[in-house]
Amino acid sequence: MKTHVETTINGETVECLIDPSSTLLGMLRNDLGMTGTKEGCGSGDCGACSVVMDGELVCSCLVLGVEASGAAIETIEGVADRDQLHVIQEKFLEHAALQCGICTPGLIVSTKALLAENPNPTEEEARYYLAGNLCRCTGYDKIIKAVMDAASAVQEA
Amino acid sequence: MSEARQFQHIGQRTIRPDGFDKVTGRANYGADFSLPGMVWGKILRSPYAHAKITKLDISKAEAHPGVLAVATHQDLPSVNAEAFAAGETAMDVLDLARNVLADQKVLYHGHAIAAVAAKTEAAAEAALDLIEIEYEVLTPVVTLDAAIAAGAPVLHEDMLTQGLDQPATEPSNIASRMELKKGDVEAGFKEADIIVERVYETPTVHQGYIEPHATVVRYDDKAPSLVWASTQGHFDVRAAVSKLLKMKLGQIKVIASEIGGGFGGKTTVYLEPVAMILSKKSGRPVKMVMSREEVFRASGPASASRSKVRIGAKQNGELVAMEASLHFEAGAFKGSPMGPGCMTIFTPYDVPNMYVEGFDVVLNKPKVAAYRAPGAPQAEFAAEMAMNELANKLDMDPIELRLKNAAKEGTQTIYGPKLKQVGLIECLEAAKQSPHYQSAIGDGCGRGLAAGFWFNIGGQSSVTLNLNPDGTGTIIEGSPDIGGSRASMQMMAAEVLGIEPSRLNPLVADTETLPYNQTTGGSRTTFATGMAVIEAAEDVVSQLKERAAALWNVTTEQVDYKNGVALNLAGDDQMTLAEICAAAEKTGGQISGRANVNARGAGPSFAVHLCDVKVDQETGKTDVVRYTAIQDAGKAIHPSYVEGQYQGGAVQGIGWALNEEYVYSDDGVMENAGFLDYRIPLASDLPEIETIIVEVPNAFHPFGVRGVGETGIVPPLGAVASAVSDAIDTPVTKIPCSPPHVLSMILNRD
Amino acid sequence: MVAVTYHAPTSLDEAVALLSSSELPAKVLAGGTDLIIQMQKLVTEQRLIVDLKKIDGMQSATLSDEGLTLGPSLCCAKLTRRDDIKAVFPGLVEAAYLIGSSQVQGRASVGGNLCNASPAADTIPALIANRAVCQIVGKAGERSVPVESFVVGVGKNCLEPDEILKAIVIPHPGKATSDAYLRFIPRTEMDIAVASAGASISLDSDGICTDARVAIGAVAPTALVVEEAAQKLIGQPINEAALEAVSQAASDASAPISDRRGTAEFRRHVVGVLAKRAVMAAADRAKEK
Repeated sequence: MKTHVETTINGETVECLIDPSSTLLGMLRNDLGMTGTKEGCGSGDCGACSVVMDGELVCSCLVLGVEASGAAIETIEGVADRDQLHVIQEKFLEHAALQCGICTPGLIVSTKALLAENPNPTEEEARYYLAGNLCRCTGYDKIIKAVMDAASAVQEA
Repeated sequence: MSEARQFQHIGQRTIRPDGFDKVTGRANYGADFSLPGMVWGKILRSPYAHAKITKLDISKAEAHPGVLAVATHQDLPSVNAEAFAAGETAMDVLDLARNVLADQKVLYHGHAIAAVAAKTEAAAEAALDLIEIEYEVLTPVVTLDAAIAAGAPVLHEDMLTQGLDQPATEPSNIASRMELKKGDVEAGFKEADIIVERVYETPTVHQGYIEPHATVVRYDDKAPSLVWASTQGHFDVRAAVSKLLKMKLGQIKVIASEIGGGFGGKTTVYLEPVAMILSKKSGRPVKMVMSREEVFRASGPASASRSKVRIGAKQNGELVAMEASLHFEAGAFKGSPMGPGCMTIFTPYDVPNMYVEGFDVVLNKPKVAAYRAPGAPQAEFAAEMAMNELANKLDMDPIELRLKNAAKEGTQTIYGPKLKQVGLIECLEAAKQSPHYQSAIGDGCGRGLAAGFWFNIGGQSSVTLNLNPDGTGTIIEGSPDIGGSRASMQMMAAEVLGIEPSRLNPLVADTETLPYNQTTGGSRTTFATGMAVIEAAEDVVSQLKERAAALWNVTTEQVDYKNGVALNLAGDDQMTLAEICAAAEKTGGQISGRANVNARGAGPSFAVHLCDVKVDQETGKTDVVRYTAIQDAGKAIHPSYVEGQYQGGAVQGIGWALNEEYVYSDDGVMENAGFLDYRIPLASDLPEIETIIVEVPNAFHPFGVRGVGETGIVPPLGAVASAVSDAIDTPVTKIPCSPPHVLSMILNRD
Repeated sequence: MVAVTYHAPTSLDEAVALLSSSELPAKVLAGGTDLIIQMQKLVTEQRLIVDLKKIDGMQSATLSDEGLTLGPSLCCAKLTRRDDIKAVFPGLVEAAYLIGSSQVQGRASVGGNLCNASPAADTIPALIANRAVCQIVGKAGERSVPVESFVVGVGKNCLEPDEILKAIVIPHPGKATSDAYLRFIPRTEMDIAVASAGASISLDSDGICTDARVAIGAVAPTALVVEEAAQKLIGQPINEAALEAVSQAASDASAPISDRRGTAEFRRHVVGVLAKRAVMAAADRAKEK
């Protein structure tokens, strides 16, 4: 029997009827049509499904949809302000920090969470914080350069 | 032909045109697509590595109210053994049919047997239990030695080894043998002062793309059936579905979604033909997405290998002979990249005497697929380790040893052609001068290096370039973009047309919009599709000149076109591209260029990588502390994406050398089928990956381009493993250099 | 994925009542980072899921002069931000910090890690080294169990089906005592421990060890206390001989298996290396206190 879930996503109240065994990832992608958050593994090992839930960075594949009731969720769809990209998104593009782009939404959400917690990370801190975001295309070099540049840019702003 | 010249747009670091969609989550990948009425398909997979199917009864499943369709091998029309191209490898249609849905025999744990379509994923998964199936379990063949042993259980009763001097009369697990030779190795070895001879081994590894295989298929009787697929080659998906289901090419429309990584692993089909059957039988669109576990167990990893290598040199470092015997694991069906392995292994070296023998071996593991320069990393790893050991024995710098014997223009390769101008020497010199090589090796660290080679391919690409009345336009090309190639297409067209790249929108069109385009692979896209883009743009330029001529009432010969402006040589009129487009209606209709190429003259790309590692001598843990990737790009169209290819290939190779391997039980079950225990490198595992782009232009591309996507994965295996050898003062002959293996070498060294 | 009936009670009594009366097999949910993965492997089964996170006290962490009372469902990310707790129990906090990625940290809890009872669980050797006690509540009332007895086998804890871990109580270590936790993994993050060691060391003003507790993980069905290692340390300075003895004792106490993460020989060797390194790190921290 389906469960009614009311939650806030990127500032908007949203309702849906879901199978209680659904993960938050499944609820976002299949019930709400929000496919920006990706599934790479379904077991919390790749970070492609990263979202922020009540201020904490989480893997949405490891959260039940029903747990999102009453919570505030932030996804990749809420990072840009309509067509105005967030500085993190701009830096990713400037530094060519993406090739196939499948890990990019997860990485951008995670980078945003990193900079909220630690606005001036060292390169090592950035690499360790983002260790849960797998990328197979870039070797991470340009990603970390984009993250460090975004941190400076945010500080200067 | 290319000229050394100043480019206006080529070589800039533009923002990729598809970038906005990718950083906002709007880009649609394989699993992001839905159709009204869509249902889900799931696959029943073999629990045994090797078994006969003695009973397969789908009637209960079909009768279940929640099940909309069931598919088995019986739903595939019978096909014959027939080779057809798939990316850089050829595939046998009969083998493909039997891989996609098992025919009476299952040949690896996870082998697809049947599929069910139901309204939800959970319902489809649950319905698999309704399929009644019985097996006669056979002895699994899970190692190379077990596969080639006399009396080994045979996977295919009709497999007689091809390529033997005396034809085989009994079936075995050796699908084929190949031999390449140059000169006389026995005579060569007689001249050697030093010989290095070792056996090297590499494991089964996976390409590790983060996006699992996914497709949505809608069968249609009266109109082209629709296939939405995450693939490196949608035209080859069409060809595969056409062959397997005996549908005409025109009955199938394939749309390539954005693709979340492929590296060669998405140049074949697993789900699409099955989804097509389910869609036809259910009358509904069918979505199928592999789980991560299914990707590991049942897609196409890269061959494990064993290479016996023997090289000989004079005391002054001049190589006199190089010899190898290579065994490649093909998995359940024939077709490992043994051939390219044999062809590439010694190609970085100009040596008069070479002999290479290769064996393609089947065993009860998933059928291998291409992985970035398929065959070359495995084979060249062995050669490069032997070369480094030789340098050590000769007390010679390993770069100097390679410079002394480096392949160059005119070198006769073992596989036939003579090399045209290539950049290995330039890469070796750049390595020698690099800040990395000039720096001292840190305390407790070891240093290694290796060279690498890949041929690159050209092949068929078709492009249309359409201009709008306001002078903007679209580049319609057919190469799925796996790494940012649309940015380069934009720049190449812009260079020819003399306009800002952002005025042209490049898009990857479906199989109905363009003629056949070869799969994105073989490092062909910037080279061959780029060539087609350039030709299509040149076609546009000649039309622009004609239209300007018409407007000025002069002949076409009296019109020149430079930097986006047509010039009347017989007067002093000029018109911009946009102005000519605005007047197109008046001068005969809209302006659109096209090119269909079968590009020849792909230039090989050589590379040299340097690696410093630190090994914890008490635990065997190895950390990469410095890494430099140096590679010849011919001409870097977009330097950031060229660097990105170097870095990505390097890190995949680092993973292959340090921690990645399929771990199998004695029963042939993969024990680490997930990203937790199949350990690809993390951001925290790595230092900066320094890059040096060498440019020795390829004379056969208008801008000098060489493909760069693949070579970069070749050197890291040897660079990392020889750095470990240096750090622990013991020659490494087997990768991955996982901590237990390294610790064991440390504890057992003399 | 299983068919789920989900409840989020707001009191322990309600939670215990749900567990006691359930006809379906029931599981409690804290962070879900183990449970949700386990549930995915079950296709046609049904489960009652009792989410504990809305119960008062389950996500709190109170530090006093007596020690730390830790709510079992507090996520590691929140725990590891507590500088006050880190100052007193650096090893325990570093163990909690090592569980998974930043994303896993946002959900996983010390209580969940303990109750899941993996032989390689990161928090358990550190909890044992710190002499933690588990407070349990069930339909029969409350009871306490020392943490080294809480886990009884691979993936098995001592809780009855109606019981819930209510709090983990860790006594204040006192002056000149500190702890450390180290684990061996092939990469730098994300991996399950191949071998691990937790240590708590007390020193006197001359640097002689007055108390020691060493625990090892991932080398036996459960984490183990290595009594012999403590015996070799107490009354000694933390010198090379003592550390070698600790190393040997840890290796000898281990009973590892060979699997996809390491061979038995490798684990036996490395746990010895980690034990001595953990003792050294704890001793260095104790000196600074």
